[in-house]
Amino acid sequence: MIIRFALNGEEKEIEAAPDRRVVDLLREDLGLTGTKEACGTGECGACTILVDGAARLSCLMLAIQLDRRSITTIEGVGSMEALHPVQEAFVEKGAVQCGFCTPGMVLASMDLLREHPAPTREEIRKGLAGNLCRCTGYQKIVDALEAAASHLAEKRGKP
Amino acid sequence: MRPVFLPKNLGEVWEAWEQAPMASVYAGGTDLLVKLRAGLANPPALICMERLKELKGVRDEGETVFVGAGSTHTELLADPMIQAHFPVLVQALQVLAGPPIRNMGTIGGNVVNASPAGDTLPPLYILDAEVEIWSRVGSHTVPIIQFILGPGRVLLQPGDLMGGLRIKKRSGRWVHHYEKVGLRKAQACAVASLAAILKTDANGVVEEARLAWGSVGPTVAVCPEAEEALKGRPLCVETLRDALPVVQAAISPIDDIRATASYRRHVARGLLLRLSLLGGQ
Repeated sequence: MIIRFALNGEEKEIEAAPDRRVVDLLREDLGLTGTKEACGTGECGACTILVDGAARLSCLMLAIQLDRRSITTIEGVGSMEALHPVQEAFVEKGAVQCGFCTPGMVLASMDLLREHPAPTREEIRKGLAGNLCRCTGYQKIVDALEAAASHLAEKRGKP
Repeated sequence: MRPVFLPKNLGEVWEAWEQAPMASVYAGGTDLLVKLRAGLANPPALICMERLKELKGVRDEGETVFVGAGSTHTELLADPMIQAHFPVLVQALQVLAGPPIRNMGTIGGNVVNASPAGDTLPPLYILDAEVEIWSRVGSHTVPIIQFILGPGRVLLQPGDLMGGLRIKKRSGRWVHHYEKVGLRKAQACAVASLAAILKTDANGVVEEARLAWGSVGPTVAVCPEAEEALKGRPLCVETLRDALPVVQAAISPIDDIRATASYRRHVARGLLLRLSLLGGQ
């Protein structure tokens, strides 16, 4: 079937089986391998994408569910020249170890900051509770989110 | 390839079912799609209810509140009506899985999946929620305790759709409480959980109590004898301790990968005794 959706700000019209998992469609059909798959059962958050701004798991979504939605994957966040403030904060605070959870962490963080622009450390922990880091680098990820929140607040403060 | 229907309204649901009578229904996909991938389900077609407008939202009906089956956990957490009338449900939703799953999963899915560990179920039992079932010929309601038959089994006939839940508002001073013990704080099935609502007088004496445990039996465990035993007594450890024997008789936990049956009995006991901490409220 033909599926129409916006992917990282670009209108797409693709032919796909309606029951194709979104994570497979992104990684294998569209070559967007920034989205990771680890558990495949909704436990780990590695495959997190944003659907109309909200964090969802691409391993538990079928292609047909993309129809007429706006999708953001990690490829649509920042650029090599200008990182997104969340990505910048991850670099600044050393919040990346092996990096496999990072795309999902960054996208979940963006959803969290949309809901809570000035989160407490506890709110950050709760907001990222669906994303596992098996290097257990959580402290620095929480540090990065705190930094990103204040960078974003500064930006907003500017005229 | 398996056909997937994405109905926008009820008419399209009935049409989809006509074309694929054996289709399985899902909304968030957080249970069914996991089973499919594990080879535990193999339906010839799927109907995804995420865009069905009739299943969405919370409606004030005066004495009752109607909760659309397709409302996501995140939507319910943010809903002023749910927050005002059913804090015990809010407390359960806060510890259900993690944020992305709460953005996807729906309350209808949690009920129809009928897991003994389903976090919304113990609150819905003690709130006497009724399940509204829709079919092509009409609708009817069934108390949730009758709707859930066993693990993964509910009272839906082919061609039936869970439309939503109808929950009565309560008057008077009720304390709401949900506590879950899992192996981690998020993204964890309950080892055991307890939902409680308690009506106390000005002196802290229990006038009415409703209790339901999750993960300690094939379905949610209720214990009217324990509810009766708390009545007319102060909410303290002694009162709660006296109710323990009937509670232990009412639950039937099993060993599984998360915990042993005997550990679950200890936890169910601890969860009850900890209600004494609410005594001052």
